[in-house]
Order: sequence, then structure tokens, then C-alpha cells
Amino acid sequence: MATIFPTGFAHYLAGGILLGLAVSLLFAATGLIGGMSTVFTSTWSWVSKVPFFQDARFTQSRVWRVVYAAGLVLGALAFIVFFSGGATFQTSISWWQLLLGGFVAGFGARMSNGCTSGHVICGLGSLQPPSLAAVCIFLGTAIVVANVVKALGGL
Amino acid sequence: MKTSHLLVVLLCGALFGFGLAASTMIRPEVVLSFLRFKDFGLLLVLGGAAAVTLIAYQLLPRLMKKPLLAENFGKHPSVMNRDTLVGAAIFGIGWGISGVCPGPAIAGLGAGNWPLLISVAGLFAGAYVQGRWFGNAN
Repeated sequence: MATIFPTGFAHYLAGGILLGLAVSLLFAATGLIGGMSTVFTSTWSWVSKVPFFQDARFTQSRVWRVVYAAGLVLGALAFIVFFSGGATFQTSISWWQLLLGGFVAGFGARMSNGCTSGHVICGLGSLQPPSLAAVCIFLGTAIVVANVVKALGGL
Repeated sequence: MKTSHLLVVLLCGALFGFGLAASTMIRPEVVLSFLRFKDFGLLLVLGGAAAVTLIAYQLLPRLMKKPLLAENFGKHPSVMNRDTLVGAAIFGIGWGISGVCPGPAIAGLGAGNWPLLISVAGLFAGAYVQGRWFGNAN
């Protein structure tokens, strides 16, 4: 156990169960499917007249998706304030990795209609074969790319 | 959507953000250490989350006629097509470059992980370029 979980396993499992409870409570109360990537598209519908962004799936979900995203920020803040002694953490990943990685992941998640939360948590939770295929594919490419970036000297 | 609905959405989002912070997923370094086989914790996070969600998604529609505050349980069907699979491959490339994916990028801001604003900008830009020039209005 020590070798595959060098920082322990309890916080990972507990955190994961909380993520599942959050998505489950959202579903029980509102019937909504709580993936995260679509907020990066639906929010554009307020400022872009491009027909793609004016699709009903974006204009009808943009309000709750922004509120859900605001909740993410508040929840992480609550953890830091009440359970982490106010200790913040800034990543030391280089800016070009953050920008390029964000851009490529944003493009891919839109194209695939899902990300880690959408395809893994919601997609596998609803037993959807296309999501299982998507998860296997993006875990595969991510593992290859992360190791290539490391070999090339990235953080 | 009613204010009471949105309050519940906010609380569920907060629980999600709390879970991302508690599991250290808001640290891209931890995600990269999984992708480089140094720490398999990410599998516990995703496995735990998917297992709980699986139970809720399968049981709730059988136990309740409708959600507490709405008329219907939603569905978000994935489609087995080129976009889903190629898009997943591209998403994984981006995830592997930075260790950042959409949920942790947003939640990290609440934990003062300001450099993630760069990733949030990248995610918005990537989604825009895809939708604007490559999107199918389906």
C-alpha cells in the first residue's frame, strides 16, 4: 500500500465519495447531471451570437452551470479555511503547460461532450458504453503525454 | 430556474469543490504523479465517486417518481461516434500536458491556486475554438 499510495489513501477515497455524494444529491434534488466541462461552453452563450453557442442545451443550462461552478470555488475555499488551517497552495507547473493543457483539454472536452467528471463520474455512473470508451482513451493519451512531457523536461 | 433550485445547485457544487480540495485533486502535481505511476490515489477518487454515483443514478429513479424539486430525472446520453472518441483522445493530451481538468481548475481558484486561472482561460478558449469552428449544432 505504501508504494502505490505514498501519501496515504483515506483522503483520496473520502474525497471521491464526497464527489459522488455531490453529484447524487444534485440528481436527487433537481434531476440535473453534474458534469463540469459544459460550463466552459454554455457561458459563451451570453456573449457570442455564434449559432453553436445559442443552442438550447447551452442557453437553458448556463445559469445553473455557472452557479454550480461558483459552488466549486466556495467548497474548496471552505475546505482550506476550516480543515486546512488556511494554508493555500500554488502550483509550480509552468505557465505554458497550464495554458496549452487547458486549451487542448477545453477543445477535446467540448468535442467529446465530457471530461473527467462528465465521462467518469456521470457517464460510468449511468452505465454508458461511449463514456467507458472515452475514459479508456483519455486515460491512455494522458498517461503517454504526461510521461513524454516529463522526459522533455516539463514539471 | 427557481432561486431555491439554484441554492441547492450551489450547495451541491460546494460539496463537489470540497471533495476536490479534500482529495488534493486541485493540485495538478498530484494528478501528474498518477499519470506517471507514482501515486495511484486518483483511481480511488474517481472509483469512489463513480461507485456512489452509479448507486444513485440506478436507484433514485426507481425509488422516487421525480426529483425533490423538479419534474424529471435528467439524462445526458453519450454517443458512440467519432467526436466522442477523438475528442476524448484530445482531452487526454491536454490533461497530460498540465494535469488540469475542468473541475479542479475551477475549484482550485477557491483554494487560492491562482496559476490555475491560466488553465481556466485556456479551457474557455479551447471550448470556444471547438464550438465556433468545429462544432456540430446537434
